[in-house]
Amino acid sequence: MSALSIKNVWIEYGAQVVLEQVNLEIEAGAFIAIVGPSGCGKTSFLRLLLGQESPARGTILLDGKPMPSEPGPDRGVVFQRYSVMPHLTVLGNVLLGPELEASPILGRTFGKRRRQLVERAKALLNEVGLGDSLDKYPTQLSGGMQQRLALVQALIRKPRVLLLDEPFGALDPGIRGEIHVLMKKLWKETGVTIVMVTHDLREAFLLGTRVIVFDRLRNRPEEKQRYGATISQNIEVHRRRVPGQDFHERIAEDSDRDDPVAVETSGRDDPATTH
Amino acid sequence: MRRVMNIRPGRARWFLALLPFALILLAYMMGSAHRRAENPSDKVLPPISEMASAVKRVAFEEDKRTGQYLFWTDTKSSLTRLSIGLSVSVAFALVLGLLIGLLPVANATFSPLTAVLSMVPPMAILPILFIVFGLDELSKVMLIIIGVTPCLVRDLSFTVSSLPREQLVKAQSLGASTWQTLIRVALPQAMPRLIESLRLSLGPAFLFLISAEAISADSGLGYRIFLLRRYLAMDTILPYVAWITLLAFLLDFALAQLSRRTFPWAHNSERAA
Repeated sequence: MSALSIKNVWIEYGAQVVLEQVNLEIEAGAFIAIVGPSGCGKTSFLRLLLGQESPARGTILLDGKPMPSEPGPDRGVVFQRYSVMPHLTVLGNVLLGPELEASPILGRTFGKRRRQLVERAKALLNEVGLGDSLDKYPTQLSGGMQQRLALVQALIRKPRVLLLDEPFGALDPGIRGEIHVLMKKLWKETGVTIVMVTHDLREAFLLGTRVIVFDRLRNRPEEKQRYGATISQNIEVHRRRVPGQDFHERIAEDSDRDDPVAVETSGRDDPATTH
Repeated sequence: MRRVMNIRPGRARWFLALLPFALILLAYMMGSAHRRAENPSDKVLPPISEMASAVKRVAFEEDKRTGQYLFWTDTKSSLTRLSIGLSVSVAFALVLGLLIGLLPVANATFSPLTAVLSMVPPMAILPILFIVFGLDELSKVMLIIIGVTPCLVRDLSFTVSSLPREQLVKAQSLGASTWQTLIRVALPQAMPRLIESLRLSLGPAFLFLISAEAISADSGLGYRIFLLRRYLAMDTILPYVAWITLLAFLLDFALAQLSRRTFPWAHNSERAA
């Protein structure tokens, strides 16, 4: 079953159409990378999945049910900046999610309960190489460490979907390489579905099982206002191999990445394709 | 030749800090001696020795009429008024500031009100306070509260509303309810700013306190100063002013230390002097 099912979604700000006719099925455990020129609605699309905005038209289903129109623990997120809480230590940041879950009124835990959560948090932090920085504040960490922290903070709540908004865009190339390896490892271990917006094509093809390209199909100045961007290419990079599933059979459904690119050019007045 | 902006004081810091104080003291002593030489009964610039004996009289000898140590009684009643006033203001500011800053509905409801209220000159409504709350303690405390709260509320709500949107979304994606976001994300980040704006409010708070005491009171630092003015008793007034200044300075210093100790993360980015 699809983890996320996006059906004929439009985003409009007033008269400006930002995204139109977006149809996308994201299978559970996939790693979707979204690329496209700036201003083509990548981030707006991610905000839609977060529940920060609602679509002007269309529906989004999360595990077959309509997605709530506000952010929730089923969808984790890592932003490029401001993702971790500046007033909490490394350990405090990772504990935040579990503590909020365990204690609705105080948002804090004490005693044995807390020790259990701390153990779990420490194990995860050790895994990403932050085990020595438990009591540091985010401002004392490098950019790469902050993003690793943000990943752990989001993943400890075990979200169904993890949304990444250019998470590694501000990092040095060397650091970015390291964090790509870590990202891939965490994705494989947790089996979480990931949707990542990036402007780095290499990163998109390195990490993604599928690369989605957003672009404007009509770009004349007089058309810019009323025609938004849409999915212009949907490229399967590689499949997540799940034992027992016959993937040779399914590969025929999709175009091979070396095939000529098939641009979906159905007119917007055509009946919406429903799945 | 180094630019002046790159020269750092180093060890001379203490000397430089004390220098202006020493100069002011010296100027005072010279002025005092000069006036005394012209007129031995001059009361405007009493020498330090007379101030010392005046302080000894009010601080360490019982007042003949009331049997109290005036200096300490005045200090106690002033500080009591100040602390009650500021505590209530801080409590109001915390609740309103957090709500206005975090909840769009509360913002729409209360933000224009606080914007208008903070423009009401508090001294202009002092007569109203005296009429409504009587001439007792309550009206003086109310003046401090009314004078200080609106600014604290506005400052705090502004701080909370300028928290990055990403943080609030992040908190929700970690499962936080509105209440949990309030106490685990907004409140801790608002606290250092609250302490800072409380420090800035100490000046106005003392201003309102002393004004209210000057008009109607039977004890208090401001009351004493205005009472002694009738007798031109500069030998007591000047030490009182110095004492009020010292109290305000110590309060400010204590708040700054409290913030550094309790919220170290908020001071990481301050530029080292």
